[in-house]
Amino acid sequence: MLKRLSDASMYILAMLWIFPLLWGFWTAFRPRHMATSWTFSFEFTLDNFAKVWAGAPFAQYYWNTFLIVTGILIVQLVTATLAAYAFAKMKFWGKDVLFLLFLVQLMVPADILLFPNYNVLRDLSLLDTKLGIMMPYFASAFGIFLLRQTFKTIPHELEEAARMEGCSWWQIVWKVYVPLARPTYVAFGLVSVSYHWNNFMWPLIITNSIENRPLTVGLAIFAQSFETGAQWAEVTAATTMVIMPLLLAFLLFQRQFLNSFMHSGIK
Amino acid sequence: MGKTNIYAWLLLLPSLIFLILFTFYPVLKTLVLSFYQADLGSPEPFFIGMENYQRMMEDDVFWKVLKNNLWFALGTVPTSMALALGMALFANKVLRGKGFVRTAFFYPTVVPMIAVANIWLFIYTPEYGAISQLLQWLGQGQINWLGDQTFVMWAMVIMVIWKEAGYFMIFYLAGLQNISEEMYESASMDGAKPWTVFRRVTFPLLMPTTLFVMVIAVTNSFKLVDHLVIMTKGGPDNASNLLLYYIFETAFSFWDQGMASALTIVMVVLLLLLAAFQFFGLDKKIHYN
Repeated sequence: MLKRLSDASMYILAMLWIFPLLWGFWTAFRPRHMATSWTFSFEFTLDNFAKVWAGAPFAQYYWNTFLIVTGILIVQLVTATLAAYAFAKMKFWGKDVLFLLFLVQLMVPADILLFPNYNVLRDLSLLDTKLGIMMPYFASAFGIFLLRQTFKTIPHELEEAARMEGCSWWQIVWKVYVPLARPTYVAFGLVSVSYHWNNFMWPLIITNSIENRPLTVGLAIFAQSFETGAQWAEVTAATTMVIMPLLLAFLLFQRQFLNSFMHSGIK
Repeated sequence: MGKTNIYAWLLLLPSLIFLILFTFYPVLKTLVLSFYQADLGSPEPFFIGMENYQRMMEDDVFWKVLKNNLWFALGTVPTSMALALGMALFANKVLRGKGFVRTAFFYPTVVPMIAVANIWLFIYTPEYGAISQLLQWLGQGQINWLGDQTFVMWAMVIMVIWKEAGYFMIFYLAGLQNISEEMYESASMDGAKPWTVFRRVTFPLLMPTTLFVMVIAVTNSFKLVDHLVIMTKGGPDNASNLLLYYIFETAFSFWDQGMASALTIVMVVLLLLLAAFQFFGLDKKIHYN
């Protein structure tokens, strides 16, 4: 009885959770004058999307976001792999202190240092550049820890065997550690991509031109160009457009995503 | 220095460079700048000692923002963690609609906060918003969720719980997968009731996960401000303003760099203290297997 009751409440919770998305979609496809009406009808239209696409350079924003997200991910994978290998498998002078320093970045992530990092970027003359949006995230403590945990579980014998075969350390990393840590790489990749696809405050501060602005900033500017509450149809259509790529990717790769996360050894 | 030492440091160097450039150097520089007057009225910053900090202590808005952030953390962290645990327990065992349940709980994580803000703005809108419609249907009056000082923080807290719980659920799901079946088998051999199993086996074994999630959740409660740009701009009368958004305003709307620096330092110290408390205070109480 109790179990049924708790199951039912969880199903209700799931419905509640899905409601904002469905409602947003619904409104995005409704004719403008119907957007705020709660009467049910079968009137649907793509006008809102056409209007949004014409109203702001979303193609450029998509492209910018895509470049930023891939750029960050590629550099992160390299820096995190190297650092994780050192922390997991090597004994060296200053290891504990360094590890603590890396830990600090988990507590004080770049997002919190909006203003100080703005100054650094200004000193580097990188304001309003894509590189400027990417750079603070090139080293990821989160990624390093995730990979370090995984590398630690890989038995040392494998490395020894590879060394006997005459592999250099980077061949060992590339041929032994990277393939065996694949689930962790997938999990981290998905977290990183969704995080930077969604990042807003930092690019808002750094960019002021269309060529460099990502989707999130474009969406905010688009949404704010309306009087509040006046044009829900367009705003929800634009929101849907921004949400869609990542949401589709998530639905397609959901199984891999959840599995890789669960097997990546986050304990 | 041995050969391994050099190798290890070389491997760490790329990460270290960015870490120094975007965490340690900026924090130190900000610490220095926090002792200077650097605003639009002073073209060349000049040293004023503790004056920024003094002004901050006398600033009602600062205290209000700090208090808001505390309530925001208290409102979001425990609730979203408890919900996340419940979701994970359910999503782990549920027989019907597993995919739907997991997707429903998790998808807010992959939706940008700025998009969430647009949709929830619509939900909270008086008259034709979803909640207003529901209240009307129930025969209740109108509430202007975002325009009322008493309700705005609640509205933000509810939205952020919705956004975050599914993310934490993933970590709990991972934690649950790591508990061996044997634990449950021996518990059921002893004839333990489900609640006892949860209290004696599941929950204690999930403690490391809980600590990890808590650190992330607490950090997030200081980091999440995107929605304020769209929904309230910190208003009405700073009732929904949070520390990071206040820094953002001070730095980029009022261009008071000295004050923005002092505020940033306060936030960094606060986060480090909280982290230290969580790690050294709570870690001792956790049994790692």
